[in-house]
Amino acid sequence: MALLEVKDLHTSFFTDAGEVRAVNGVSFTLDRGKVLGIVGESGSGKSVTAYSIMQILASTGKIVSGSIKFEGEELVGADEKKMKEIRGNRISIIFQDPMTSLNPTYTIGHQLMEAILLHTNRNKQQAWDRAVEMLRLVNVNEPEKRMKQYPFEFSGGMRQRVMIAMALACEPDILIADEPTTALDVTIQAGILELMKEIQKEMGMAIIMITHDLGVVAQLCDEVVVMYAGSICEQGTADEIFYNPCHEYTKGLLRSIPTTGNEGQRLQPISGTPIDLLNMPRGCAFAPRCDAAMKICINEKCERFLINDNHAAACWMNIKKAKEGGKQ
Amino acid sequence: MSGTNQSSEPLIRVSHLKQYFPISTGFFQTRPLKAVDDISFDIMEGETLGLVGESGCGKTTAGRTILHLYKPTDGEVIYRGKSIRTAKDIEEFRRKATMVFQDPYSSLDPRMTVADIIGEPLDVQHLYKTKEERRERILELMDHVGLNSEHAARYAHEFSGGQRQRVGIARSLAVNPDFIVCDEPVSALDVSIQAQVINMFDELQEKLNLTYLFIAHDLLVVRHISDRIAVMYLGHMVELAGADEIYDRPLHPYTRALISAVPVPDPVQARANQRIPMTGEIPSPLNAPPGCPFHTRCPYAKESCKESMPELREIEKGRFVACHRIEEIG
Repeated sequence: MALLEVKDLHTSFFTDAGEVRAVNGVSFTLDRGKVLGIVGESGSGKSVTAYSIMQILASTGKIVSGSIKFEGEELVGADEKKMKEIRGNRISIIFQDPMTSLNPTYTIGHQLMEAILLHTNRNKQQAWDRAVEMLRLVNVNEPEKRMKQYPFEFSGGMRQRVMIAMALACEPDILIADEPTTALDVTIQAGILELMKEIQKEMGMAIIMITHDLGVVAQLCDEVVVMYAGSICEQGTADEIFYNPCHEYTKGLLRSIPTTGNEGQRLQPISGTPIDLLNMPRGCAFAPRCDAAMKICINEKCERFLINDNHAAACWMNIKKAKEGGKQ
Repeated sequence: MSGTNQSSEPLIRVSHLKQYFPISTGFFQTRPLKAVDDISFDIMEGETLGLVGESGCGKTTAGRTILHLYKPTDGEVIYRGKSIRTAKDIEEFRRKATMVFQDPYSSLDPRMTVADIIGEPLDVQHLYKTKEERRERILELMDHVGLNSEHAARYAHEFSGGQRQRVGIARSLAVNPDFIVCDEPVSALDVSIQAQVINMFDELQEKLNLTYLFIAHDLLVVRHISDRIAVMYLGHMVELAGADEIYDRPLHPYTRALISAVPVPDPVQARANQRIPMTGEIPSPLNAPPGCPFHTRCPYAKESCKESMPELREIEKGRFVACHRIEEIG
């Protein structure tokens, strides 16, 4: 049984301007000990997918339909009591901006212990020890001294380490990392990613890595989900996605980033602008920007084609390539 | 002079530029924060010089000080052989040197139409005689950056990030400059839009013979667009060399660590890459260590590195490195 199974998830925001379908039929599974990357640009629904799993959507947001099964147990429609048991305990999340995720008026120690006291049966002394242990795990020097300091005394990279320590204090089964290194310098980012990988191996948890940076994905992820306009356009193992991309959007993304291969040449950008979620096209959401768009792309949404056992893409270009009967 | 090239006259020569900010440390007491501390380099006409470094290394301050948005504490900027000193020099220089800012969401006035945003530098510098001339120039600029003429009457909030950055670029082109300081111009944009804007910088450079100082933290982007790259650390320049050379064979220990930390968008390469770890964190520029600024984190540091500041010297043709031990560590 998969650790997490998301099936045909639809999440919408009901705004004054109308219903914004932020997540539009997303399905994926996550096994224990795996790192899943969710890639996409702003507005692609990658963060909303994560927030739906945690059920921490803004007040206008609602899971419209679909199912999220954690260890076989349905989370959609679960009551708040149930979610409180899971949030921060079994599934933890770290956010993009370490500068604003910590409360400036409490010490680091207080904030770390709060999470531990809330979710475990430890007493104060034990919680303190556990917090110190966690800080040591994430390579914060002199953890005893750091426990008594306030967030402003920490640099950005150190604060993100504290956030990771906090998220891991209860040994969750899944860690959701929402752009955890986007606000950080590359040297700090490299350290944080290595740390996450190490801890992941040590504790055997699963990670959902939400990012727009394909470099980060290549570094860390076993499997990748590429999202565009609230839907999954392609999913598969990292190697399949990078070396055998089958959706025009993924191909475009890989062509548009500067690498050692296209040095000295013009980049090949994806034309047009990101989609307006209030004005979704009838067919494939990417068709208006797609150079290879055909008549069918404009008229009909593409189904998911199985390219092979480790790879699926929702792009009409694969209709011939798809395995016989592989259509789902 | 270090970091400079004697062979032909550069468009911009930066010579021993310093920018200290006074930080108050008590009543009537201030201490200088050395944001930029004695940097020298040349930018040749038609060239793109990339400027990279971690946040707080002084790269943005360097860009702004070169444009005299801040008054330099010491040192000088020489434009086409002429030092910029007086208020009149600065006014003339600003007609030839402009800036593109990082954040297209906060750098455009929400109450102005696109035409007025682009036209404002023309008004300030009195660059037209008739209204018609102004309008034509604005439309020409919009055409340069790939905006439709029908966008002219719209407001900034009606545009996406990429289009806003195009407006910002059109505005910086308005005075017909030959030097543009681009401060993180693509880092706020989505990946699929970044490439469009990067290509546009390339095309504009060819068409209008522009010279760029391209400040960014994304090393892959900087490598793509730059002819040469300068690396800054704690207000100092530690290495300056051709873009490919610095990427393929970094010499300064800091550059080595920086390049090795770049996440490569290629799983096989990523698995093979060995990162050179850097111990500790970047020191506060208020408490900069004595001697070489990097000695506190450098794996090769020796006692002598703590004593004196290494000069930026040319160790191979066109390769400048500021490290005492560069010959030894090879």
